[in-house]
Parts: sequence; C-alpha cells; structure tokens
Amino acid sequence: MTAGRNIFHYVSRRLWRVWQRNWTVYRKNWKISFLPPLLEPLLYLLAFGVGLSALVGTVRYGEKDISYIEFIAPALIAVNIMYNAFFETTYASYVRMYYQKTFDAMMATPLSLEEIIIGEIVWGATKAVIATLIMMAVISGFGLISYPGGFVIIPLAVLGGLAFGAIGMTFTAIVKGIDLFNLPIFLFITPMFLFGGTFFPLEALPSWARNPAFLFPLTHLVNSVREFAGGAPGPLSMWGVLYLVAFTLVFLPLSVLKMRRRLIH
Amino acid sequence: MESVIEAANLQKTFDGIKAVDGVSFRVLRGECFGILGPNGAGKTSTIRMIYGFSPMTGGSLDVFGLDIRTDWRTIRSKIGVCQQDNNLDPELTVMENLFVFARYFDVRREDALDRARRYLAFMALDHRRESQVLELSGGMLRRLMIVRALINEPDLLILDEPTTGLDPQSRHQVWERLEELRSRGLSILLTTHYMDEASRLCDRLIIMDHGRILVEGNPADLIREHAGKEIIEIPNPRHEIRELVRKTMPDYEDLGHRLVIYLDEREKSFQEIRSYLRAEGCIMRMATLEDVFLRLTGRDLRE
Repeated sequence: MTAGRNIFHYVSRRLWRVWQRNWTVYRKNWKISFLPPLLEPLLYLLAFGVGLSALVGTVRYGEKDISYIEFIAPALIAVNIMYNAFFETTYASYVRMYYQKTFDAMMATPLSLEEIIIGEIVWGATKAVIATLIMMAVISGFGLISYPGGFVIIPLAVLGGLAFGAIGMTFTAIVKGIDLFNLPIFLFITPMFLFGGTFFPLEALPSWARNPAFLFPLTHLVNSVREFAGGAPGPLSMWGVLYLVAFTLVFLPLSVLKMRRRLIH
Repeated sequence: MESVIEAANLQKTFDGIKAVDGVSFRVLRGECFGILGPNGAGKTSTIRMIYGFSPMTGGSLDVFGLDIRTDWRTIRSKIGVCQQDNNLDPELTVMENLFVFARYFDVRREDALDRARRYLAFMALDHRRESQVLELSGGMLRRLMIVRALINEPDLLILDEPTTGLDPQSRHQVWERLEELRSRGLSILLTTHYMDEASRLCDRLIIMDHGRILVEGNPADLIREHAGKEIIEIPNPRHEIRELVRKTMPDYEDLGHRLVIYLDEREKSFQEIRSYLRAEGCIMRMATLEDVFLRLTGRDLRE
C-alpha cells in the first residue's frame, strides 16, 4: 500500500502518538533514566577535567589557549547526544520492533509505518535533548558554558539527535539480530567517540587521519556544540549544522525505506 | 445483506510464492466468519491484507465499502485486531496499555477510561486494572488483547487464533465473551486451528489450503456434506474387517493402522454394519468439522 510513494505522504501529526507511547513508558522509569546523564558527565569531568587536566594543562583551540576541561566539556555533551539517540533507535527500538512487536500492534491502528519510524527517531532525539539539558545544568555549574550562546546547544541536540537517531534506525532496519549492533558500534560509534575531535584537537592528527574525521557526524556536532558553548560560533558551526542537516535528510528517509522493506510483506 | 468485507480474487505473493492465490469471499454485517486451514494455508496473509498490514498483490478488497489500498486509515480506525502474538507493552500496567492504545485511535481520555472499565469488566479483568502486564497469565493476556481490540469500539473485530495456547477454562470463557459480542451485532472475522471453536462460533466459514478456498459454508452443512452423519473408526483392523468395509462401505478412508468410515443414516446397510462393527471394539461418534477438515486438507504434517 505504501510502495513507491513519497514517505512524507503518509506522515501526519499522528506520529506524536508514537512519541507519546514512549514518553508514557519513559515517565514510569524516569528515576532510573535520569541517573546516567546526570552521573556520567560528572565522572568524565572528574576523570578528565581534574585528573587529566593536570597533565595536559591547556589546549590550543582556534586562536587561543583554553583549559582542557573547557575543551572536553562540550564534547561530552555532543557524545551524549550521539549515545542517547543512537542507542534509543538501535537497541531500544529493536526490542520494541522484534521482541515486543510494538510496531506490529501499531500497524493495526490508524498509524502508518512512516509515522511509527519517524516517531521513534523523534523520540530518540527527545532523549538526546533530555540528556543534554541535564548535562548542561551540571556543566554550567562549573561555569563551562557561556550564555546566551549556550542555549543554542538545545536545538543542536535536536538536530544531532535526529541525525544519530536516523542512522541508528537504519541499522535497526537491516541487522539480522540484536547482537549485530556491536558492529556499527565498533566500526562507527567508537571511532567517532575517540577521533571526532572530542578528547584532542583534530589538528594534532596527521592529515590522513584528520580528513576522514570530517566525514564523522560527531565531529561536526562536537565543533558546533563547542563553539556555541565557548560563545564564539564561527564557520565550523555553520558547516557542522549544514552537514548534520544533510546527514539527517539522507538517513531519515533511508531508514523509513529500509524499514518498509523489513516490516511490510 | 450488507457486506463488511468483500474480497474478490485476492492474491498475495511473497518472493515468488503464492501465499494467497485468488480468494473470493464476503463477510456480512453481524456474522462471525471463520478462516480455517493448516499452517501455511494463507489465513494470516489474508487477514493481514484485510487490516491493511500487508499490501495485496492482486485482486480487489473492500472493507466497509472502502478500498483498502486508498482508505486504509479510515478502515483501520473502525477495526479492532487481536493479533496472534500478545504484543502488549510489558512495561505498562493493564490500564496504561489501554490508554496508550486508545490514543492511537484519537479516543479521548474520558472515553478511553469509560471503555476500558466496561470492557475489562466484560472480560473479567476488572480486578487486574493496575497489574503489570508481565504478572498476567496467558489467558488473561489473551483477554486483555481482546479488550484492547475493542477500545476503539470497532465495527469489525479480527481475531487471529484467539485461543491458541489457552487452557480449556480460558478458551470457554473467551468463547462465551465472543458469542456475547456477536449477539450484540458485532461482525467478527476469526482464524483458528480449533474445529470445535469454529463450529461453535462461526456462522459461516471457509477452509483454505495452499492459498485457495476449498469449501465455504456453515459448519453443520459442511459436516453433512463432507463427512456424513456418523463416523466409525476401527483401530488396527483385521484383514476380514478391511475386506468387509471395502465391499460394503461407499465412503471410507484407509489410514493403514486405522479405518475411518463415514456413515450416512440414509444408507441401507447403516444399521447392520453398525451392529456388526460395534462388536469389534471400534469407536463410533458424531461427524465433526475436524473430519471435514482432515478429509479436505489431508493428513500430512505441515511444517
């Protein structure tokens, strides 16, 4: 019934019903869901900001020297946006799709497959935003985000959440089993986590390693969040946002197409 | 009589295999219509097309007079579906499950609350409103699935094997409730493996195999037509018995270790063969829909 049609033809405000379903479940477990984004940045700040800072001192970033903790704090937010959205639309969505058959149940109601999939991705972005808000509160407590520019991190979390949610959903549509998510995590997520300009400036890398890093969506998210947190957005942010928009525009429709192929027989 | 479903030459092909191969039938308003068949006969494929889950490969399919290909959203909003799997939300309570599902149909919260209370009571689940779904027994889960399928007050209830895996008490309870729903005028489409279930609930049914309809009719007529009135089963027949049956009985099956004789009371030899065979320690019983089913679809295992 949906073959060959533009995916957005089948998307209505009903996608919020899918979002609401996840929100209802989330609210039940919010005490547990709240803890990781609250505690994780504290652990990282302690380990890297306090422990490693003593060794590193300052980092040459752009035109000026900034403290190492100032350098990595925004990157931790970006990493958390990636993790929250990606893990939601991989493991969590896969459990709903395959084990709980939640999507099957929804497809006996007036919801379309397109609304279900996009609703899940928007939910993944929502989790990224929730984690971002908590982390921003913690990190701001250390005076590491300059405002009002720092508020732009919130829409950046929406955009990054959609981008990583969409690629996560694409993997969910094609993996044969839940264990196989190890593969994109090992080949895609972890390299970005380490080499996406998170823990050291990309300038420190030789060019053969630096240039591929600009293919990573995380690199662009880190750049954008860091510039806005530092109060001096420049061309890196602009390119970053454009890249993430383009990435989302590719992977969101792709995930829907792959899901159609997987679920509609 | 008004049709709820009109399928004409309905077809479904998966990877070159014809799962549904030109099926035509009508389901009338207010009746309970059954689709029977062995595993892989095309039952689930057929009903999945009816609720717009699977796109059809060919033919035409109208539900409530609307074309499923274009008006699937309207059709789905007026259908309640109880799928084979209990795909409830395990993290939510009974009531929360119903609220979440009602929202998919844009049912207002007050209405959802009212309906949830009524249908939970109807399905004898009102004492479990606040239970976590994971705490419920298999029978309760199935009943909750039916409550959930009713939450949009559908004009057509679709049940895909509603009592598979239930104990006899639970099955009978579900049957009673479904009979009650039918008597209130709800149209029901049902697939099942249980012939007693189909005999009891269905006004009319079709038996499918290999994607095609073998027969259509009401259960009593089908039994009379395809299995006669009574059945004699002779376990481990001796050679003389087998010969006698072969000579005198017009309608029987030889399964090797067992003879199955289909008897019609109008037959002249009925009384005499009956008294003769009774002495042989054989089983005599009423013909059932199961006999029709096995005769038409064969006795080979379907795996």
